[in-house]
Parts: sequence; C-alpha cells; structure tokens
Amino acid sequence: MIENKCLKILDTYHKERGSVISILQDMQEVFGYVREDAVEWFSKKLNIPASSFFGVATFYSQFYLKPRGKNIVTACCGTACHVKGSEAIINRMRADLAVAEGEDTTSDGQFTMENVACVGACSIAPVVIVNKKVYGGVSPEKASGILKDYEKTSKGG
Amino acid sequence: MAEKNKVKTKAKKAAKPKASARVKTAKGTKSNKGVSSLKNLTIKICFGTGGLAAGSQDVMNEFSKQLKVRGIKADIAKKCVNKTGCRGFCAKDVLVEINMNGDKEIYQLITTDKVSRIVEEHIIGGDPVDQWLVGPDYHAFHDRQTKILLEQCGQIDPEDIDDYIGIGGYRGVKKALSQTQFEVIEEVKASGLRGRGGAGFPAGLKWEFCNMSDNPEKYIICNADEGDPGAFMDRAIIEGNPHSVIEGMIIGGYAIGAKEGYIYIRAEYPLAIQRLEIAIKQAKKKGFLGKNILKKGFDFDLYIKQGAGAFVCGEASALMRSIEGKRGMPRAKLWRSAVKGLRDKPTVLNNVETFANIPLIILNGAEWYRGFGTEKSTGTKVFALTGKMKNTGLIEVPMGMTLKEMIFDIGGGMTGRKKLKAIQTGGPSGGCIPAEHLDLPVDFDSLASVGSMMGSGSMVVVDEETCMVDLAKFFISFTQHESCGKCVPCRIGTKRMLEILTRITEGNGKEEDIDLLLELGSDIKHASLCGLGQSAPNPILSTIRFFRDEYEAHIKYGRCPANACKSLRQYLVSVEACKMCGKCSRICPSGAIIWEPRHNAELDKSKCVKCGACYDACPFNAIL
Repeated sequence: MIENKCLKILDTYHKERGSVISILQDMQEVFGYVREDAVEWFSKKLNIPASSFFGVATFYSQFYLKPRGKNIVTACCGTACHVKGSEAIINRMRADLAVAEGEDTTSDGQFTMENVACVGACSIAPVVIVNKKVYGGVSPEKASGILKDYEKTSKGG
Repeated sequence: MAEKNKVKTKAKKAAKPKASARVKTAKGTKSNKGVSSLKNLTIKICFGTGGLAAGSQDVMNEFSKQLKVRGIKADIAKKCVNKTGCRGFCAKDVLVEINMNGDKEIYQLITTDKVSRIVEEHIIGGDPVDQWLVGPDYHAFHDRQTKILLEQCGQIDPEDIDDYIGIGGYRGVKKALSQTQFEVIEEVKASGLRGRGGAGFPAGLKWEFCNMSDNPEKYIICNADEGDPGAFMDRAIIEGNPHSVIEGMIIGGYAIGAKEGYIYIRAEYPLAIQRLEIAIKQAKKKGFLGKNILKKGFDFDLYIKQGAGAFVCGEASALMRSIEGKRGMPRAKLWRSAVKGLRDKPTVLNNVETFANIPLIILNGAEWYRGFGTEKSTGTKVFALTGKMKNTGLIEVPMGMTLKEMIFDIGGGMTGRKKLKAIQTGGPSGGCIPAEHLDLPVDFDSLASVGSMMGSGSMVVVDEETCMVDLAKFFISFTQHESCGKCVPCRIGTKRMLEILTRITEGNGKEEDIDLLLELGSDIKHASLCGLGQSAPNPILSTIRFFRDEYEAHIKYGRCPANACKSLRQYLVSVEACKMCGKCSRICPSGAIIWEPRHNAELDKSKCVKCGACYDACPFNAIL
C-alpha cells in the first residue's frame, strides 16, 4: 500500500535538480509525516542514500519524523509575542491539553503543540494558530477558551 | 503623482457597477438616494494576515449579504466589495474603507454585527457612523509616513493585475526594456539604493558585478525568507502588491542578463505564496513574463520555491543550497554570488523590498529617489513597529527619521504606564538601543554605530517589564537553535553563550560571566562562517554595553530588575489588593498558598516552586 502511494509521488516528481526536498514535502503531504519505510523505498529506487533524505528532513523544521495530532496548535515565539507574554500562553495550553514533558502530541493524538519562530503577524501579538486559523491578541485565558472549542468539535466529530 | 493615481483608481472602480442604477431597493424614499450612491460605491476591506485574523472574510461576506438583502444584486455587491492588502495598521483591524461619490471614510475595528448599521446609515442613508470611524491615532499613524512602496497596499486588489496596471504598473518594465542594460544599472546605481535585507550593500553595484560576467546562464533570486522574528514588511508588500516585486525582478533579470528567476519564500506565509502564484500567472498571460517580453527579444521566467523552515536560509549561499534541494548550509565566501551563486552560476540575490523599489526608480528616475532619505541611505524604509506600543503596525518613513518620531509621533507612544526601556532593531542579528538614544536617526550607518543593525527593519519596543538579560537569552536561544552547525564558533559558541545566560537568569551566574560573554561574543563574531554567526552575539554585546547593571543585578544580588526572570522572583500576596477569591490557592500546584473563604491568601515561601501560576491567575494583580 505504501508502495502505491510512493509510486504516485515518484510519478509527479520530475527530474529537476533539487528533488529531495520536493519528495519529502510530498511524502509528508500524503502520510502526514516522513516515514522511515517510505524513505528507504525512495532511497533504493533513486539510488540516493537514505542519509541524504534524513539529513534534509532533520535540517528543516517543516519536516516531522513522528505522526502528528489531528489538530495542530502553533504558538508564535517571535520577539513581539515573546515580550507580550507568549511563554505564559504556551505553558497554559500545554497544561490544559496535558501534553507530557518532552512530547508535542497529546496521548490521544488529538492535539500537537508546536512553536514557530515568527508568523509575521507581530502587530496583533501574541499570536496562536490552530489548524491554520490565526488568532491575535491572545491571553492565557483566551487560548484556553480557543482550545476548548476545538476539543468540543473534535470529540463531537 | 500620488494624488493622480488615487483618483484614477477610484474612477476605474467606480465605473464597474454600471447596472446599479436599474436596481430597485425595498426602501421607499431612501432607495433613490441609496441607488444613486451605489453608482460610485467601493468598499475596501483589509485582507492581510492581520485583517484575516480579525475576521475580514466574515465582514466581507456580511457586506455582500447585507447589500443583497437590501435588493442590490449579488454580482454588483460582489464588484463593489474589494479585497485589499495590508494597510499596516493591524492593531485596528478589520479596517473598512468606503468610497462613495468621491467621499472616503474609513472604519476601524469592524465586526460582522456592525455591518448592517453601516450599510443602513452610511451606504443607504448617506450618513457615516461617526463613532466607528478611525480616530486621530489613525491619522497620526498615516500622516507622518512617506509612502512610496506601501502607497498601493490597501488601495489596489492584489489579485487583479489590471488594478496594478491601472496605477501605472509594468510601465517600469516597458521603460527598462527600451533602454540598454547599462543604462538600467546606471540608474539604479545613481539612485543609491542599498539592499534592504540587512547589510545594505548597494544594489546597483551587485547588478553590475553580475552583468560583467559573460556566462550565458545567470539567475536572479528574490529573498522572501523573512525569518527575523518581529519583521513582516516583506509579507505585507507581497500580500498587498505582489506585482511590484515581480516587476522589479523582471527589470533586474533584464539588467544582469538572467533568463530565470526564483522567489524563495517561507512556507509560513501561505497567503503571500498564493498571491504570488496568482500574480505570476496573470503576468504571464499579459506577456510580461515568458518568451520575447514586449517583443523586445527578452525571455524571462519566474518560479516560486518554498522554504522548509530554516532561518539560516535567509543567508545568501544557504538559500541557494536550499533551492538546489540540499541542506541549507552556507559556504565560505571565497567568491561573490555574482561570480558563483546558484548552481555555481552568476547570481543576484535581493530582498523583496529592494525589488519593490526598482520599478519606481526606473520610472521616476534616480534623482527623484534621492529626494527621500539621507545622503548615504537614500529612499524610504518600511519598518515593522511592534511591542509595547499603542499603534503597532507597518510604517514607511524616509531613512534618517529619528527613533523618537517613529515611536511617539507615529506609534502613539507606549501602552500602559510603564516607561520605554529600549528598542530592539534588526532581530536576532541586531541589538538593543536604550531610551537615551531616542534621537538617533535611523539609517544603515547610525544603527551600526551603536552596535545594532538595520536588519530587515523590525523594531520591537520594550518597556520596564522586559528583562534585557532574558531578551538576550531569547535571541541567542533562537540563533543557537537555528545555527546550521557547519562551523564551530557558531555551533558551539552560541550553545555556551546560551548556557551562561540561562544560569544568569536562574540566579546562578558567576562574577566572571560578563567578561566571558564579551570574549566569546567577539570570537564568534570574528570566526564564524556566515552572517548568522557573525551577528549572533550582537543582542548580547549590545545589552551588556547599555544594560550592564541588569546583568550585575542578576549575578551579584540575585535580583531581576524587571521582575521578569521567574526563578529570581519572590512572590508575595498584597494584602491591599487581595479580594479573597481563592483562585491562586486553587491553581497552585505545590499547595503553597493557604486560603480560606473571607480571608486573604497567604503564601508559604518554603513550599513555593516559583512557577508563576498564581501570578498569571490572579484577576486583581494581587500577587507581586
């Protein structure tokens, strides 16, 4: 089954230079994360060492080696957000979702918490993004409320 | 010229809803007035990231719905409701501009529930809703600016090339292609335009170097990997006026003799990417991109390359590696990119803002451009003004304006009662400028003279609540995390600096730490391979230079003057402010707060783990 999906990616991949990043981006789109077995498949097929794939995948923060949650909660940690208290917001959200220390995803796989350097929406800092929807002027209370809404919908659905 | 342009846009837009005169509305007597007004109606709604976060899509839908409900045909409503890019004043989003019969009114902080009253009273009744109109700070914010780049952002529809052409767009390309490459480069050189990416290298010179190479394969790249936390001017320019960047790149491509161009843009900017894709498609259709542009025998194509999230890819050679599909690691500067750049071919790399300036320079001439700014830093610069200020947003001012004017006249001063402590410029590569230097003119050289840098133009204003040691730690943890790891000084040096700063903020600093930081900082600056490492110590060096007393307070007295470092905080319950609600006691994870109904809370210091949960939770600021 993996093979079929990989073949599809291989089909769309045209032989331009700089394909490793494109393959990884496609792979993540299809599987949700960078799968080891899929990397090995491509490595054999294209005669590119798997280390090259992992080298690129671990270099860029866009790639994930573990499956991610259903809802992605991104907290902005840019300078403006930092001086306006993003740390308290992150702590509150992690506590609310009960994300374990050293982990990013909740044990039920509903939420993944991640930090981003800056989303460039500094004038409405602090900023939190849930599934690509941007929330500005967030406080720990507001963040907690936003998460509750998502908890409801994801459990209801 | 500016005024003329505006009038033109208005006239063009106004001509669109032709059929409106025939529309019958349900409102008896008011309908006549309403219908005649609608002939000249345009509603412009801010659709930047700030606007979208504040709900501009909903506001737009509501306008269309309300207009429809009142008997105005949907297609007409659709035509007179326009998306625009960012106006820069995101603190007051959603901003809605209504042009009716030549009168312009701007509303601020608009939400869906306010729409029906605006439609009813203003659009149909002809009477603007005064209480929601923008106030004096909006005018103060805009009137002190000099907008040449941002002039059209918020005026034209970024997803419609005809709007851009309507205000004189792509005339720069026409003019440039009728000149020789040499003439174009001379014009850019004469304008004194310096690269807006941070270092301020003269753009014309860069082009000249690349033009001199006789290699038939050359590239031009636009760096839109705006990684500086706190900067978003490139995003705003692309979202608000993507064609200006494309036009600048076509002119640049012609001048250096490149046939291919790349826009390397962060994946974190989905809206900007989408607008660029639309713009490139439209430009191709109109024949400004592709083969034999304007029948002048010049071929040029543009491609978008998305970044995958690495700050170091803002560095020129790392960016080119990334386009090649490799790990984005910089190389030693044995030769310039203009000699060996992308795929080892001569390459010019400029920033978004630099390219956006080009069409204006070509069209209006170098002399005109030199009329803005200072002798050595010509033109205007867009700054992202953020932090603890009233009017946060994007501003465009001539180079050489003082910090004071920017923060107090345009920015409206500080929020709250706390005093301004410092201005952080240039992001993680820049430094902190203390309040006593407020009269410093902002240009490339003045900023460098106080140990900071222009960077891409982020300006974060911090007040007395921000600890400078903690801020330095914030930046170094950022650069440490983003260091590519290729060279030792940056990879290990930033790690050591972070460790030292961490122990200082935790109250375990040693006397010799400040000197050690200075020594390490100087070593990293001199020995690192690329700009990231060379500028990484700047935030630390500049905070030690201007705020040494704060470092000493942490180290010698275990005290954080800003009361921001959590492990140095001593928590107390203020007897006067406590309203006996007990919230702190319930949230305390270590049972350190003793509380009974109708009694003040009390804190047992021996149990307190200094997590700050009570401080964050108290609704009355009674935890000190």
